[in-house]
Amino acid sequence: MTSRATVLGRIRAALADAPADTAAPLDRTYRRRHTDADNTLPLLVENLRDYRAIVHEVTPDQLPSAIADALRRRGCTRVVVPAGTPETWTADVSGIELLGDTPPLTVDQLAAADGTITGSAVAIAETGTIVLDAGPAQGRRALTLVPDYHLCVVHAADVHASVPDALGHLDPTRPLTWISGPSATSDIELNRVEGVHGPRTLEVLVVRD
Amino acid sequence: MTGTFLGMPPFPEAAHDAVNNAQLRHNLRKATHTIRGKRAAVVDELDDWPQLRAAGKAIKDHTLRHLDRYLIQVEEAVTAAGGHVHWAADADEANRIVTDLVRATGERDVVKVKSMATQEIGLNEALADAGIRAYETDLAELIVQLGDDRPSHILVPAIHRNRSEIREIFLREMAEWGEPAPADLTDEPRVLAEAARRHLRERFLSAKVAVSGANFMVAETGTLVVVESEGNGRMCLTLPETLISVVGIEKVVPTWADLEVFLQLLPRSSTGERMNPYTSTWTGVTPGDGPQDFHLVLLDNGRTHVLADEVGRQTLRCIRCSACLNVCPVYERAGGHAYGSVYPGPIGAILTPQLRGTASALDASLPYASSLCGACYDVCPVAIDIPEVLVHLREQVTEQPGHRAERAAMKAAGWVFADPSRLSRVQRLAGHTRRLIPKRLPGPGAAWTDTRNIPEPPAQSFRDWWAQERGSDGSPRRDDA
Amino acid sequence: MRVALFITCVNDTLYPRTGQAVVRLLERLGCTVDFPVEQTCCGQMHWNTGYGTQIEPLVRRFADTFAGYDAVVTPSGSCGAMIRDNHPKAAARAEDRALADDVAAVVPTVYDLSEFLVDVLGVTDVGAYFPHKVTYHPTCHSMRLMKLGDRPTTLLRNVRGLELLELPGADECCGFGGTFAVKNPDVSAAMGADKVRNAAGTGAEVLCAADNSCLMHLGGMMDRQRTGVRTLHLAEILASTEELPA
Repeated sequence: MTSRATVLGRIRAALADAPADTAAPLDRTYRRRHTDADNTLPLLVENLRDYRAIVHEVTPDQLPSAIADALRRRGCTRVVVPAGTPETWTADVSGIELLGDTPPLTVDQLAAADGTITGSAVAIAETGTIVLDAGPAQGRRALTLVPDYHLCVVHAADVHASVPDALGHLDPTRPLTWISGPSATSDIELNRVEGVHGPRTLEVLVVRD
Repeated sequence: MTGTFLGMPPFPEAAHDAVNNAQLRHNLRKATHTIRGKRAAVVDELDDWPQLRAAGKAIKDHTLRHLDRYLIQVEEAVTAAGGHVHWAADADEANRIVTDLVRATGERDVVKVKSMATQEIGLNEALADAGIRAYETDLAELIVQLGDDRPSHILVPAIHRNRSEIREIFLREMAEWGEPAPADLTDEPRVLAEAARRHLRERFLSAKVAVSGANFMVAETGTLVVVESEGNGRMCLTLPETLISVVGIEKVVPTWADLEVFLQLLPRSSTGERMNPYTSTWTGVTPGDGPQDFHLVLLDNGRTHVLADEVGRQTLRCIRCSACLNVCPVYERAGGHAYGSVYPGPIGAILTPQLRGTASALDASLPYASSLCGACYDVCPVAIDIPEVLVHLREQVTEQPGHRAERAAMKAAGWVFADPSRLSRVQRLAGHTRRLIPKRLPGPGAAWTDTRNIPEPPAQSFRDWWAQERGSDGSPRRDDA
Repeated sequence: MRVALFITCVNDTLYPRTGQAVVRLLERLGCTVDFPVEQTCCGQMHWNTGYGTQIEPLVRRFADTFAGYDAVVTPSGSCGAMIRDNHPKAAARAEDRALADDVAAVVPTVYDLSEFLVDVLGVTDVGAYFPHKVTYHPTCHSMRLMKLGDRPTTLLRNVRGLELLELPGADECCGFGGTFAVKNPDVSAAMGADKVRNAAGTGAEVLCAADNSCLMHLGGMMDRQRTGVRTLHLAEILASTEELPA
C-alpha cells in the first residue's frame, strides 16, 4: 500500500464516527472591514509609518521628481528597475545606473545594487501592508529581496481597507509577497527590531490619483 | 520527534530546575509579558475578534471533517501547477523523502525556513546522518543551533536567552562558518540582528536547496503560505533552485478566501502585530521566478491518531501562533524545555501526548502540567479548549498502570461523598484530631507543606453548625440575622 | 423565593464561616435560605484529576438534592463552573436521559454568590461595614468560567469603610489548580509566591477572593511567610457589619 493510501485510509477511519458536517455555509459574521472608505489612505500611511516605513504622499505629476529625490537622498548609484515600469517614473533620474532584469540579473548583480524601484498590486490600510504580485513594474520576487532598499509606488486606487477586501483583488496563481514595513524580528526578548535579511529600508510613495 | 528530547524527566522534575533558575525566570517573564501586552493591544483593535475566532474554528473544523477530500484537492492543484506531492505516514518516511530529494540535487547543504514540522520529525539530524548540513536561518533558530541548544518556544525558540547571552553565543560560534561576529559586537538587538544578516548573507546567496514548512496550504488553488518577519523565509523560498516544503496534513484550508480569517488571526495572536513583515504565497512553480523544482511533503506522523479522538481532534485546529505559551503561568515559570518536546506550553501539553502517546513518564506527566486556569483557551485564535483536552488526556493517563494508589484514593473520596453521613463522620474526625496534624506532612503531603501551611480544620463543620442552629427542618431556631 | 445554599465540600469541612456568612448575608437581604443536608460534593476534584468516570453518583446527587429551588447559591466559582460546564457533560456520558434532563433543569438555577446578589436580587450595596484595606484576587474559574466580571469588586466598592486596592497581575492564576498544587509543587509554589508578593505589595490587610480553595493555597503560603496579610472569602466581608465584624 502506498503512504498516500495509508494516510487517506487513516483519515477516513478516524472520521468514521464523526458527526456529519452541516451543509450550512460557515458563519462569517466578522466584518469585511474596520475602517471607512474615506479613512483608508490616511490609515495606510499611519500603519506603514508605525512599522517604520518612510512614506510620502504625492500627486501623479510629482511622482518622477519624488522618485529621483528619494534615490538621491539614499545615495544610490545602481538601482534595479523591473520590466513594465513606466518610463515617466525614472524621467527625472540622472547620474544613477538603472538596471533592467532582462536578461535576468544574477544574484551577485542584485546584491551589488543599492535598491529597487517597484510598483505594487494592492495595499491594505488596516494592516499597513503592500502586496506585490510579480506583475508589471514589480518583477520577480528576488528583485525586492536582495537589494537593501525598496522604493515602492502605491496607487491610491489599489489601496483597500482590509485583508478580506484585498484578497479578492489578488490572483493566487501568481507568487505574492506581502510586505508590512521593512524586514524585522521579534526574536530577541520578543521586542520588534527592524532590519534583518530583507530590505532594511522600505520607502513608499503613495500616489493620490 | 527529535532525539535530543528523548530521555527527558517528567515535567515536574524538569520544571524544578527551571523554577530555580533565576536568569531563566527573568528572561521568560520579561519576554512573555512584553508580547502579552502587544497582543492584547492589536486584538482590541478589532471589535469583531470573537466572530473572526469563531470563523477560524469553524473553517478548521469543517476542513478536518473532510480532510481526505481537501488533501486530494491540494495534491491535484499543486501537481497541476508544476509541483510534486509526496505523502509521509511518519517521521522516518518524511526524512527519507527529503533526504532522497536533496541527494538527487547533488548538494550537501540546505537552508531552512523555521518550521515546526521539520523539528518534530528531527529532519536536521536525519540529514546530518546522510552527510547533509541543514542551516537554520530564522534568527531564533540560528541562536539555538549555534548554541547547540534546544528550542523552548514555538514562535521564538530562543526565548529563554536574553540579549547578552545571545551576544556571547554569536561571538563564540559564528566563526565556525559564514561571516564571524565583529569583535565589537554589542548586545543591542539591532546590532545582533545585523550580525545575523552578515553571517547568513553568503549562505543565502549561494543556496541551491531550501527546506520549509508552511502556515497554510489552500486546497482550491494549491497555494502555500509562509508567514515570517525577517526575510530569511523569502530568501529560502525565492533564491534556491529546489524547494522542499514539509507540511502537516492539518495545515490545509479549503479556499483562498479563507485566508482572510487566518491572516487576521495569526499575526495579531503570535507577534502581536497587525501583520507580520513578510508573507509569501506560491502555487507550484512560476517560470522565471523562484525555485523551478518544488516538492510538497504531506506529513501525518500521528496527526490521524489525533483526528480519531473525538475530544482531542480540536488540537489539529492549531495554527502555531503560540499565544497560549505567552499567557501561560506554568510555561512562564517552567520554561519550554521542561515539556520535553518541540511543542511546549499549553498546546504542547495536549499535542505531544496525542502525537507520541502517553507511555513514557514524561508524556504521561504533560496533561498535568497545567493549573487549568483557562488563560490559554481565552487567547486561542481558533478556540481550542485546551483545559478540556487536558482533562480528557488525564482520564486516559489514569487508566494506565502507576495510578493505582491515586485511583484508590479517589474511589475512597467518592465513597465518602456518596453519602452525607459518611462525609459528616469524616469531618468530625478531622475536627477532633485537628490538634494532631503536624505542620509539615511526610510523603506526598510534603508537596503541599514544603511551602504552605495546611488549614486547621474547624471544630465544627458547616453542616454540624446548621443542624445545631437550624435543626433538621431548616427553619431558624432564633432570629440571629 | 426558595434559595438553597450549596456550601461545597471544602467550605463545609474547612471554612464553615464562609457558609455562615452566606446565610447571614442572604437572610439580611430578605431571602429564606435552606441547606439541603443531602448535598456533598460537585465532583470537581475527580473530574479535573482524570477520574471523571467516577462522578456520576455525585452529579445525580446534586441534581436530586437541588431540584425545585428557585436559586442554588454557591460561594465557589470553581464548583459553580464545574456544575454549569461539566455536569451536563457527565450526564451525557452516562447515557441516562432522565439524569440529563434533571441536570439540565438544575443548572440554570445555580448562581455564584455575587451573581445572585447583583443579577437576581439586583443589589450592589449589601449594607456591609468592613473598615480595612482589601485587595481582590478574581480567581481563574470565577473570572473565566463563571464570568463574574466586575460584580465582586462592585460589591466590595460599596462596602462602607472598605478601601479596595488594585492587585497587580490580578488575572494571573495563583497556582492552586486543585491537585496541580501537589503534582507540580515547584511551579505551583512559584506562581503562589508571585501572587503573594503582589498582594502584600498593595499594602492590603486582607486578600479577598470568591473561592476558598485558592485562598487556602495563598493563605497557607502567607502564613508560612508571616506576611501579616489574612485571607477572607468575599461572603465574609459582605456579611460583615459593625455589630458582627468579619
